[in-house]
Amino acid sequence: MSQEAGHGHYYVPAPSTWPMVGAIALFFMGFGAAFSVNRLPLGYGLLAIGFAILVYMLFGWFGAVARESESGKFSAQVDKSFRWGMSWFIFSEVMFFAAFFGALYYMRVHTVPELADLEHKILWPDFTGGWPTAGPWITEKFMPMGPWGLPAINTLILLTSGVTVTWAHWALKLNKRGQLKLGLFLTFFLGFLFVGLQAYEYGHAYSDLNLKMTTGAYGATFYMLTGFHGFHVTLGSIMLFVIWCRVMAGHFTPENHFGFEGVAWYWHFVDVVWLGLFIFVYWLI
Amino acid sequence: MAAVHDHDIAHAHDHHPTGMMRWLTTTNHKDIGSMYLWFSFVMFLTGGVMALTIRAELFMPGIQIVNPEFFNQLTTMHGLVMVFGAIMPAFVGFANWQIPMMIGAPDMAFARMNNWSFWLLIPAALLLIASFFVPGGAAAGGWTIYPPLSVQMGMGMDMAIFALHIMGAASIMGSINIITTILNMRAPGMTLMKMPLFVWTWLITAYLLVMAMPVLAGAITMLLTDRNFGTNFFNAAGGGDPVMFQHIFWFFGHPEVYIMILPAFGIVSEIIPTFARKPLFGYSSMVYATASIAILSCIVWAHHMFSAGMPVTGQLFFMYATMLIAIPTGVKVFNWTATMWRGSMTFETPMLFAIGFIFLFTIGGFSGVICAIVPIDIQVQDTYYVIAHFHYVLVSGALFSIFGGVYYWLPKWTGHMYDETLGKTHFWLSMFFFNLAFFVQHFLGLAGMPRRVPDYALQFADFNMISSIGAFGFGFSQLLFLYVVLKCIRGGEKAPAKPWEGAKTLEWTLPSPAPYHSFETPPVVR
Ligand code: HEM
Ligand SMILES: [Cu+2]
Repeated sequence: MSQEAGHGHYYVPAPSTWPMVGAIALFFMGFGAAFSVNRLPLGYGLLAIGFAILVYMLFGWFGAVARESESGKFSAQVDKSFRWGMSWFIFSEVMFFAAFFGALYYMRVHTVPELADLEHKILWPDFTGGWPTAGPWITEKFMPMGPWGLPAINTLILLTSGVTVTWAHWALKLNKRGQLKLGLFLTFFLGFLFVGLQAYEYGHAYSDLNLKMTTGAYGATFYMLTGFHGFHVTLGSIMLFVIWCRVMAGHFTPENHFGFEGVAWYWHFVDVVWLGLFIFVYWLI
Repeated sequence: MAAVHDHDIAHAHDHHPTGMMRWLTTTNHKDIGSMYLWFSFVMFLTGGVMALTIRAELFMPGIQIVNPEFFNQLTTMHGLVMVFGAIMPAFVGFANWQIPMMIGAPDMAFARMNNWSFWLLIPAALLLIASFFVPGGAAAGGWTIYPPLSVQMGMGMDMAIFALHIMGAASIMGSINIITTILNMRAPGMTLMKMPLFVWTWLITAYLLVMAMPVLAGAITMLLTDRNFGTNFFNAAGGGDPVMFQHIFWFFGHPEVYIMILPAFGIVSEIIPTFARKPLFGYSSMVYATASIAILSCIVWAHHMFSAGMPVTGQLFFMYATMLIAIPTGVKVFNWTATMWRGSMTFETPMLFAIGFIFLFTIGGFSGVICAIVPIDIQVQDTYYVIAHFHYVLVSGALFSIFGGVYYWLPKWTGHMYDETLGKTHFWLSMFFFNLAFFVQHFLGLAGMPRRVPDYALQFADFNMISSIGAFGFGFSQLLFLYVVLKCIRGGEKAPAKPWEGAKTLEWTLPSPAPYHSFETPPVVR
């Protein structure tokens, strides 16, 4: 078989049990989640089982891909597939966040002013609108989360981590393994630091500011947006950590390191989302 | 390098698992395509049983068969099952079978993930179906799951939400796979503008899916936290807004209806030229029309909400934007007709379904434009007129194209010819009963019969009875389809590599049935 480079050498993996394992995981997680939000006895158990299976699958599946990559099975064309795949995945994530940013925009610009307008005076004579608000009917007092304390520090942390991951990428391309290891280490360290500070901030919000999920429009959008972002940073940090472990194990070459790049793209994405959060959730209140 | 690869391919050839394990572990686009199609058919029957129960209840005024709560569960689950379980997976099944063969690729770009996309549908379907049996029953607020109803409902709604999450994830993975396959795995020489139109429509559909499904995920996540964690996204008392849900839902929902029709356009655009024995008229205008439909479909969503309250400028904008979509749609209908113009046509079953599609889809397009006119829509919103509209585009549109596509490619998939007489019978029965069931619903809607209500005033009785008879006729005709397909799989006249003399696309260069691995060495396209 003589084929030109790229075509014809496309790696089609042999039959694999991982997809089935993943479907079983989601079966348990789906039912587990539905049961636990309804406080049925089995719920958390099912959820935990499903999650454990999912983690097992992720390790097994990504492990298999890493081994395939290291044994040189991926042609340039496969590499390009991964690039397309990752780009479109990030686009789908952008749209996911767009839904929540859209909700924030709609409430601030449309709903809240409308609830305070003349027509609604009969219902809620004292409601004056304005942001941040818990809405016309939730009277519990709360304080908003200001931008210039922890959030500003967190911004600095994430922006720095964007620099360190690029620094590591340069090193990888020049085959400077030491700098690569250090850069990656710093990146995921900063990532986890961010998550830790965010958790601390939540504690502060709940105990000192009385700012909760149930705090009307402001509380809902605040926790939904920062929560999903924090979740993505956590995922991203874990991914960076895995990549770091692979680097320590000698994976990746200056030419062939899409695993690294994909995670770096993802990291820049959570970085950019954070800037949006910083401006629209923290700053403009 | 080369040695490694040859070894792998040989390896995959030699021992792939057999029996059940073959299907559970497969990485083959044809296996996965078949599973999608069978899954879709099972869901089609499931949703069909629900539909017939609804129509049985509506056969006469009064409450006879099911109680109103259960009726609401049925309408809701009928919609969800048909949209997410029947129509969408069927088109993904076509994509799996056909796209690699039509672009000359060895398989899908991410063969393992492909299998995961399929198998995720099973837990999702189980969640949906099982929700009938939990306290409070299945979700009952309509497939559009509007709050506040959907916030108040029992745990069936949570199960529906998680089912939608899982199906959404599956669709996104499936779409990324399709986009990557099309962009990166075409045979040398197959430029974008040489791709078969089916491939083009799927490329654009997959883009719409990646754009729209995450937005639905966001909407139902907010619903979930409103239900269970005390947020107030859709509650005015907390500064939220139930109408906001409608906006977010329809920002997904309208692209979603195009997700269900663009691949249908693709299938029809393959069938018509084949049986008219002429190249498709206006290929590039078809591509541009598809793309502009996709773009426009993102800015028309509020035509579903004209009666929810909206500033006049908003109504005008969404009215005109919606009507604009009729232009590229009209371009398509024109092109199909022009393709047939002076062609040497024959009317095998796929062609019958394609022509039936053009007729009936156009009726649905017209009633769509009528719904888009604000002063009229204020009257017909939430009546049977809307039901008639979307069944004309979804059943005689999407579903007819699926039938046509199945008949068209069955010889390639099974290696046998299907029974032409029975196929034609299936078409005429479907055509007759479909119109019997749904045409009269236009009149019911114009006369004011509301949708999603189990009882109705006496003056609607006659048309409802006709409609129910049509629905049962249509439902039972589909058993004939099952029979024809099974018969074709089990035997029949041997199909040549190219059973349709007018067919031009790459899959017909392969033997029938198509070999397990198709284009390991890419063909060269001139
Ligand atoms: C020329 C093209 C079309 C136009 C102008 C159009 C317009 C509309 C309008 C204005 C409505 C809202 C009616 C109301 O609720 O009062 C509507 C509903 C609907 N349309 Fe279309 N439509 C078109 C094509 C399609 C296609 C191709 C599909 C699907 C394949 C589709 C599926 C639906 C569905 C499912 C609904 C009802 C959703 C619900 O309320 O449950 N439409 N259409
Ligand atoms: Cu629409």
